[in-house]
Amino acid sequence: MTHADTLEVRINGETRRVSAGSTIAALVAEIGLDPARVAVERNLEIVPRSTLGDVAVVDGDAFEIVHFVGGG
Amino acid sequence: MPEISNEGWTVAGRTFNSRLIVGTGKYKDFAENAAAVAASGAEIVTVAVRRVNISDPSQPVLMDYIDPKKITYLPNTAGCFTAEDAIRTLRLAREAGGWDLVKLEVLGEARTLYPNMRETLRATEVLAKEGFLPMVYCADDPIAAQQLEEAGAVAIMPLGAPIGSGLGLQNRVTIRLIVEGAKVPVLVDAGVGTASDAAVAMELGCDGVLMNTAIAEAKDPIRMARAMKLAVEAGREAYLAGRMQKRLYADPSSPLAGLI
Repeated sequence: MTHADTLEVRINGETRRVSAGSTIAALVAEIGLDPARVAVERNLEIVPRSTLGDVAVVDGDAFEIVHFVGGG
Repeated sequence: MPEISNEGWTVAGRTFNSRLIVGTGKYKDFAENAAAVAASGAEIVTVAVRRVNISDPSQPVLMDYIDPKKITYLPNTAGCFTAEDAIRTLRLAREAGGWDLVKLEVLGEARTLYPNMRETLRATEVLAKEGFLPMVYCADDPIAAQQLEEAGAVAIMPLGAPIGSGLGLQNRVTIRLIVEGAKVPVLVDAGVGTASDAAVAMELGCDGVLMNTAIAEAKDPIRMARAMKLAVEAGREAYLAGRMQKRLYADPSSPLAGLI
């Protein structure tokens, strides 16, 4: 993969390169997560789960991907 | 009459039998956590919202052990120190799980984890407008409790003592004043250390008790979970039974007549 084919994004504070043209759904799947169990925020805006497959990743996007963990 | 009155309680139109809500933090592992939840009889567990570990997404997760279809997940805002952070966290929680019944806590400082009531009130107003049903961790202040209720809190959850301290209810008077003033359920959230503390909260007329550390940090968490279940039931029964009046001096239980 050359730089021209990839985009640089931040996911949970880590820098990653993803294929150009990826949707958020593809990004979530590439990480190995079940989209039904996570929530995705893109540039501080929540991305509704129903639209994860429609939204294209843009160079420089910052994502937060969260799930539920033990807590009081 | 049933052996244990099982009258249930209702928060935001949802009825539960168990008056004990338990946390899911600080356990040795998920299996112990799940066993403790089962032993406690709790129908609601609190959960936190955190970043997924994107380097190792195959790690076991809470949902593999505690089924959200059987146990109600109550997402919390633990670790949030501003209204904005808490609102952001709960919006994500709603997207991740679809739940609108949430536990709001906005902390004031790390040392005491005492709530920041100004931020808590502000967050409650925003969340209620956005359709959330916030159960709100708060100071044991009867006036603040009324303000939260006016702002849209569906339950008032005053601390009995600082989170994780296990000190037991430090001010029974303020907890009772909150119970008497509230039209929504009141649950003591935080400060319970052992079973008698939970019973005290229930004897004061609280609708329930929320705890985490008292069970998770017991030497035998599963046994303590069972103890808490019994204590909450016992405290509720005692409250409904109506306790005897206190007297300063003794009153013999055996008749004085017919003494030899």
